[in-house]
Amino acid sequence: MPDRITMQVTRYRPEEESGESVQEYEVPCSKDWVVLDGLNYIKDRLDGSLSYRWSCRMGVCGSCGMTVNGEPKLTCETFLSEYGSGPVRVEPLKNFPVIRDLVVEIGDFMRKLVMVKPWMIRDQEKPVSEGEYLQTPNELDEYKQFSMCINCMLCYSACPIYGLEPGFIGPAAIALAQRYNLDSRDEGSAERLDVLSEHDGIWGCTFVGECTEVCPKHVDPAGAIQRYKLTAALAGLKSFVLPRSAR
Amino acid sequence: MSEHLRDHPAEHPGYTEYHPRWLRRRPSTYWWLERRAYVSFITRELSSIFIAWFIVYLLLFIRAVSRGDASYQQFLAWSRHPVVLVLNVVTFLFVVFHAFTWFNLAPKAMVVHVGGKPLPASVISASNYAAWVAATAFVVWLLLGG
Repeated sequence: MPDRITMQVTRYRPEEESGESVQEYEVPCSKDWVVLDGLNYIKDRLDGSLSYRWSCRMGVCGSCGMTVNGEPKLTCETFLSEYGSGPVRVEPLKNFPVIRDLVVEIGDFMRKLVMVKPWMIRDQEKPVSEGEYLQTPNELDEYKQFSMCINCMLCYSACPIYGLEPGFIGPAAIALAQRYNLDSRDEGSAERLDVLSEHDGIWGCTFVGECTEVCPKHVDPAGAIQRYKLTAALAGLKSFVLPRSAR
Repeated sequence: MSEHLRDHPAEHPGYTEYHPRWLRRRPSTYWWLERRAYVSFITRELSSIFIAWFIVYLLLFIRAVSRGDASYQQFLAWSRHPVVLVLNVVTFLFVVFHAFTWFNLAPKAMVVHVGGKPLPASVISASNYAAWVAATAFVVWLLLGG
């Protein structure tokens, strides 16, 4: 294994340049170094002007998502040694506007996330004195996979539909809606149906499936969307066939 | 604020310190060539055209049969034309590709519970394949022995 590796980092400095450029840095390539360690080395020792987001360094916070050699990755769990003798190309996440260098604008995702109401909705809250809302292990398993989402947005970066049609509500927001729809304690699925079943909701998805492939937490957003298509189609059929009281 | 921006604000009309000018990168027209999975996806979408042709061909076939023997013979002769033959071979390959990809994707959309537990994905795709094999066997039996 080489002891140094070249990192080709995309720069965008809006006050100085109208487009992006690539800057090369040589960093130590230790066996236990991830791409984020390389970026931190650049920031600390070589070029303090480099901007990027990071926080937990352990694949939990979801802030360090970037495009590494063309693939959307969490840079805190992508080892430099995976790229042999290099170079390692680091770009901002695709499909998002770039604010500076590797920092992307995530407001669009944040607005969409709120639209699907990813929180527990109850028709009537139980008084605290009645205790917790109990759940069996099987009921937990129904949604547990979808609850692992860390909002890192790698799925949006891998989704060509989101790139082409920015109105698409997107993989993570739908997976998180399903996380609550499938929770036995939640009663809000009817409220989420309107947003999810419109054109920019689940029907925008043409099932490319790459959101699931790149997900670092194995959430399977593509599966969540396809399952919801079935649910929404049945709900649509019921509203067409059955009287209001029987739906 | 950088020195350049401070000294030459007119050169940066859309940019202020708190409202930076975002860089918007549009997807390339050839985005579908960027990843192997995208190529496979586009091929699967493209296969729909051939599925449509397959259905048209089937309807033409039924119409020919319903109009009597002469019409049927004419249809067979037309089907032997190299252009139609090549088109139908290509269509067959796309239909098979379409079927395989959708059977593999079926477990994503269908979660079947048996005894309170979801069935593994492999069982759901396998049951789709089994139904396909059974239907094919039935057609073969109809053609050869039925």
